[in-house]
Amino acid sequence: MKLDDKLFLIRFNTDKLSHIKIADPQVCLMQCKDKPCTRFCPSHVYDWDEEEKRISVGYEGCLECGTCRIGCPYGNIDWHYPRGGFGVSWKNG
Amino acid sequence: MQDFDVIVIGGGPAGLSAAISAANAGMKTIVIERGDYPGTKNVMGGILYTTPTAMVVPEFWQEAPLERPIIEQRIAMLSGEQSIMAGYREPEWAQEPYNAHSVFRVPFDRWLAKQAEKAGVMIVTETLVEDLLYDGEDIIGVRTGRDEGDLGAKVVILAEGVNNFLAVKAGLAKPLRAETVAVTVKEVISLPKEKIEDRFCLEEGQGATIELYGDSTAGMMGVGFIYTNKESISLGVGALLRPLIHEEWTPNDLIENLKAKPYVKRLLQGGETKEYLAHLIPEGGYANVPKLYRQGLLVVGDTAMLMNSFNREGSNFAMISGKIAGEVAAENIQNGDISHNAMAVYENRLKDSFIMQDMHHYRHMAKFFEDNPHLLKMYPEVVSKAMKMYLTVDGVPKKKHQKDIMKMVFENRSKRGLIKDAYGAWRALL
Repeated sequence: MKLDDKLFLIRFNTDKLSHIKIADPQVCLMQCKDKPCTRFCPSHVYDWDEEEKRISVGYEGCLECGTCRIGCPYGNIDWHYPRGGFGVSWKNG
Repeated sequence: MQDFDVIVIGGGPAGLSAAISAANAGMKTIVIERGDYPGTKNVMGGILYTTPTAMVVPEFWQEAPLERPIIEQRIAMLSGEQSIMAGYREPEWAQEPYNAHSVFRVPFDRWLAKQAEKAGVMIVTETLVEDLLYDGEDIIGVRTGRDEGDLGAKVVILAEGVNNFLAVKAGLAKPLRAETVAVTVKEVISLPKEKIEDRFCLEEGQGATIELYGDSTAGMMGVGFIYTNKESISLGVGALLRPLIHEEWTPNDLIENLKAKPYVKRLLQGGETKEYLAHLIPEGGYANVPKLYRQGLLVVGDTAMLMNSFNREGSNFAMISGKIAGEVAAENIQNGDISHNAMAVYENRLKDSFIMQDMHHYRHMAKFFEDNPHLLKMYPEVVSKAMKMYLTVDGVPKKKHQKDIMKMVFENRSKRGLIKDAYGAWRALL
């Protein structure tokens, strides 16, 4: 089953504001060869945008596990919880 | 600023248990939860042990939303298409006083929050705590994301979950590392109850669990699991973040890999995925338990790194640590002493309880597996090969088979290596 089809099943209350920031996009471009965030995030929030030469952040699909903040080898992902009441809302948990 | 005796940050099993025990001791208690209601942000594999839960809410099974009482636990080792299984069944566990149930956190925690409200706890939802409030070095409350959202408290209980933002900010915990967390993803897959009972050989309403090692995680440190619910199966897989990054797996590929294993595939056949979830599990072990207290503050549950994933005990450590924290907070407030030294009572009681004794018992485990990444890769394969050689009837005498097996084992691992692994395992697990 494709990840996109699974993400359709999840209930979100999406905030207008992103709760995720790439601290320094230059680090992704110049230092980070491997871009592991594009793999380890369970909902593929992070994607390398080849045209814009930056990581695009689909914060709307964030499952709030916190993996990115720990996994980024440069500590370059500034991830917080969404504001109260926003974000993922599990049905089963 | 509104004042409370006890503010609990986070409406998970640890926070709600802390709030219940504080309120039962007469404390004016509030739980601050960031989700729409307690439960909606909470994820676990799904097994809840009875005795520790009953220490928080006696006879909870009479009315709590539970899935199935677990009467059978299996352990599987996967190697490619092959699998090796062991299991234990105790039908008595289908009745009171039970041993464990499969549960879903969302309905269960919502119910637990209702019990807290019955005990007099106030629950505020959709509210994120952004920081602790200090007067000099003393903690005097919390700052929430709401307008005029400062709240005062004599004691704050930190139950923010595995992502320990506030514990780090307060200087109690170190930031998490890729070596100290496991990324876990889970699917809830619906199946008719008759199918579940037939496939797992269960009487009506009974439940079973399977833990899967080896190729279930592509040999990475971690585990796959299958738990039966009333009309669904929870299937998940978790692996330590460091090897997951190193071996370039995506969590979704890992769970799809597990679902495709012949043995697993047949159990799930015809099921429909209803939800896909992700969560981190704190795997730092005893060596990475943060400072658990300071003046006016106690740290509980996942935030305190209290986890024995070997026996899948996270939620009961959470609930019991919460219960103890709530009691200590109440006693100290009643005695008028919430100093650093007075709060140390919490740590002492945790050390006297099974929680810290188990954490201490398994203190070498995290490092043992970290230092020996070959364990979950090589052994399932070697054992699987050995089983196949032994069980294949091909006209070759058994003695020759046994010789060949020993030869194969030593080709994979030297005698010295085997002894080293056995000693390491003995030290880590026994």
